[in-house]
Amino acid sequence: MSDTTIEPPAAPEPEAAETAAPDEVIPAGYDDGQDHIGLVHHTTTGLSNTKLAMWLFLGSECLLFGGLISTYMLYRNRQGDALGPDQLWDIPFTSATSFVLLMSSLTMVLAVSAAKRTDERGTRLWLTVTALLGGLFLAGQVYEFTVFYREGLGYTTSLFSSSFFTLTGFHGVHVAVGIIMLLSLVGMLAKGRIVGDKAETVEMVGLYWHFVDVVWIVIFTLVYLVPA
Amino acid sequence: MAIIERPTDTPALAGTSGVVTASSSYGYFRRPVESTGWKSWAFTVDHKKIGIMYGAVAMLFFFVGGFEALLIRAQLAQPDGSVLSADKYNQMFTMHATTMVFLFVMPMAAAFANYMMPLQIGARDVAFPRLNALSLWTFVLGGVFLNSSWILGGAADGGWFMYAPNSSVPFSPTNGVDFWTLGLLMTGVASQVGAVNLIVTALNMRAPGMTLMRMPIFTWMALVVQFLLLFAIPIITVALFLLLFQRNFDATFFNVAEGADPLLWQHLFWLFGHPEVYILVLPSFGIISEVLPTFSRKPLFGYPFVVFSGAAIGLVGFGVWAHHMFAAGLGPISVAVFSVATMAIAVPTGVKIINWTLTMWGGKLWFSTAMLFAIGLIVQFTVGGLSGVTHAVAPSDTQQTDTYYIVAHFHYVIFGGAVLGLFAGMYYWWPKVFGKMLNETWGRWNFWLMIIGMNLTFGPMHIIGLQGQPRRMYVWTENRAGEGFFNLGFWNLVSTVGSLILGIGAVLFLVNVWVSRKNPPAPADPWDARSLEWITENPPKEHNFDRTPTVHALDEFFHRKYEDVGENGQHDYKQVMTGEQVVAEEAANADAHIHLPSPSYWPLILAFGMMVICYGVIYSTLLLAAGAAIAVLALFGWALEPPTADDSEFEPPSSDGGQPSKELEHV
Amino acid sequence: MSSDTELSSTTGDTAETHGADDLHHHEISDKTYVLIALLLAVLTAMEVAVTEISSVPDGLLIPALLIMMVIKFFIVVSYFMHLKHDSALFKFGFYVGLGGAIVLYSVMLTTFHFFLN
Repeated sequence: MSDTTIEPPAAPEPEAAETAAPDEVIPAGYDDGQDHIGLVHHTTTGLSNTKLAMWLFLGSECLLFGGLISTYMLYRNRQGDALGPDQLWDIPFTSATSFVLLMSSLTMVLAVSAAKRTDERGTRLWLTVTALLGGLFLAGQVYEFTVFYREGLGYTTSLFSSSFFTLTGFHGVHVAVGIIMLLSLVGMLAKGRIVGDKAETVEMVGLYWHFVDVVWIVIFTLVYLVPA
Repeated sequence: MAIIERPTDTPALAGTSGVVTASSSYGYFRRPVESTGWKSWAFTVDHKKIGIMYGAVAMLFFFVGGFEALLIRAQLAQPDGSVLSADKYNQMFTMHATTMVFLFVMPMAAAFANYMMPLQIGARDVAFPRLNALSLWTFVLGGVFLNSSWILGGAADGGWFMYAPNSSVPFSPTNGVDFWTLGLLMTGVASQVGAVNLIVTALNMRAPGMTLMRMPIFTWMALVVQFLLLFAIPIITVALFLLLFQRNFDATFFNVAEGADPLLWQHLFWLFGHPEVYILVLPSFGIISEVLPTFSRKPLFGYPFVVFSGAAIGLVGFGVWAHHMFAAGLGPISVAVFSVATMAIAVPTGVKIINWTLTMWGGKLWFSTAMLFAIGLIVQFTVGGLSGVTHAVAPSDTQQTDTYYIVAHFHYVIFGGAVLGLFAGMYYWWPKVFGKMLNETWGRWNFWLMIIGMNLTFGPMHIIGLQGQPRRMYVWTENRAGEGFFNLGFWNLVSTVGSLILGIGAVLFLVNVWVSRKNPPAPADPWDARSLEWITENPPKEHNFDRTPTVHALDEFFHRKYEDVGENGQHDYKQVMTGEQVVAEEAANADAHIHLPSPSYWPLILAFGMMVICYGVIYSTLLLAAGAAIAVLALFGWALEPPTADDSEFEPPSSDGGQPSKELEHV
Repeated sequence: MSSDTELSSTTGDTAETHGADDLHHHEISDKTYVLIALLLAVLTAMEVAVTEISSVPDGLLIPALLIMMVIKFFIVVSYFMHLKHDSALFKFGFYVGLGGAIVLYSVMLTTFHFFLN
């Protein structure tokens, strides 16, 4: 398989003619295993299959997180005498972790930008920084939850607690999966194991990562800032 | 046979001496290479094989669910029935519905979508072939997992809608509900992933010249269904996770004592559940929209209206869910809003019925078995639709809800609608998929027994429902049966007899498949059909089209065979080519190089890992960890494996220096 | 009704995809990205600050927070995720999901009398 240097782009694919069958027709939509830059494969809309798939997936994720957020909003005042948001939130701390996640979106976008410039080292650098910032965010979450738990907020303590931990837990799992994808991407780029358009692969991971960030933007406001 | 041709003009290959190095995921595992035998099915990524497997497994579950139904009817044939205990009865109706909805109708529709959509748009496969295989295996193993509950402590018993808090541990102490929850999470993954795959396929892989309004109508309906799945499955996923956490980690989401609202479950479930019923029926609407024009020798009447009404049904279908909750205590305003919205959805459905009827009007009707089933759908679905309109009126629904009247309604629309349409599709496309015709005489027996059976089974349910027989009750009693023409005793017995006839009718389909297996090969164009999938052999070659067709019109195949020689705006079609000639013309101009995606282990392994995780959630954390490890391994293997086998995995060029082998190398 | 809904050329034949370098005339520079990130940080700070001001009534506070949240949301989606300059089909796929989620869940919460507080 290819090594870490970028090979020159393959000859451009011939346009499909209206009548005569061209000599080589790559059926629409597949990746033929060749390393292309910028030119991937023919599709009817001219859009990349993977990118379209990712946006559809993110659209569906809105319904997943919407359901979890609605459950939380419904139940967030139902803790009876147990601990409620007002007694628990440490807004300065959570603001800091939110800021960290926000900055990870910046570093992600810088990674994509580097990939488009075929700056291999820059790409891997920014991807790693993104993963580290994501890890820092998660560490902050873990710390925060430990504090809550010690103060008496367990998973099963109240409706509020169950909903809170489920919502933030799902988000956290998404972040963790994102970090694994980022680090795997760094490794695969270094070993030249990416099949197809490298910049696009980085961009796809980026879209996922930004979405996870965007969900946190909503959670931070609705859960932590909006008064109960 | 693997017709995977290795391109010869790749620079990397020039001058190789034929030394083959393994290109593999971890340096140890070679990808599967078999092109015959069971391995060529287990590791395939070919949409046609995947479609056939979807269909075969779905058919198996049809009979499983049907058997469950027969047991229910046996129990209710007599007052104070003793065939099933109350507990067993609850499991039976829960699993009957769950199996029929999630393991029969949805996968059978997926079978058709998988097989036909690429062919109808002129593609060689779907956009993400390995993801397609993942959908299949997740469904199969999810269905196996779900049904294993029967022998592992008892099946789920809370109804297919699994209302909370009845679904919680105090009221459903066996593992049954957990099997249900986890099994549906698995099949949900199958549907979700399939939805993304098929949407990208339909949008991105159409043949040159095929604009969206030249797409065959079945593909259109399948596309709408994928959007419904894309947005509905996440909602039930939330509900299933909340229930899972409630049952397994003592979360309090549905604990009324803690202040929970049981209606949360109902909303989340029906937000999914209502689009779900359109997911069930729209593929069948698409199928008969192909069948009716073919056997009326007329184009589909009002194609754009059929397309847009399908999209409208999908859209409005998201806005009516609370009509399943009219008696739940929502309050008059909510009820009124949803009542009106529900009445609105009858409109686009009515548009379709009109279009189908007008398609047949003035046509030269050919009453093949497929056509009988298609006409059967129009008639039977209309009956179900009419009772549905009566439910939309909230005050009358308050009488009808939770009675057999509702059971009648949904069986007329699901059986009379979705299932009859699926059978129409099977008779219509059997020659395409298997290269043989199904026997028409047996087909007629199959059809009429099913029609008579279904009407005898579900027709009386309107009566007994309005007489007050409740749903989900394991017995009815003599002193509640009533007197006179509308007594429960007579009609329950009729219904049970009907179900036996229906069962026999269904079995006749299997008989037909069996007796037809030695039929002569089907002709190239047995039905004088209209759409693109028929410009292939029966069954199609592995690469589908020898040459990707260029499309100039809707009903492209028809227009290649028939030329319009009419004058002054009149249409007069003269046959200029036979179907066989059209296919031959394409073969004569075949593409020189055809790329096909290569088989892979990883989808099956990932699906297996998911199943192990599910067993682990119920039984043991160690098992859960093992399943997770398998799944993670599979994900990495998948990511590291190129979609198409590396050039080095093909057999080297033969010694005379000619064309490279077409076979993946066996090691 | 036979209008072409293609996004590529009118005859509907296959188009080259623009993978990594699509629409490079809409390329956003790294410097601009940093500025956008700064803007997001400032907005976040403002959100937090507004909650600290005790004299703001809830009736004003909540809309203010929601507006700032929505602005941040769309900035990330439009610029970091590049959706503003990307195909309408991507926008459709995402915004239908987002819009659907907002509408459906709001209706659900309404039946719970959630918005009557």
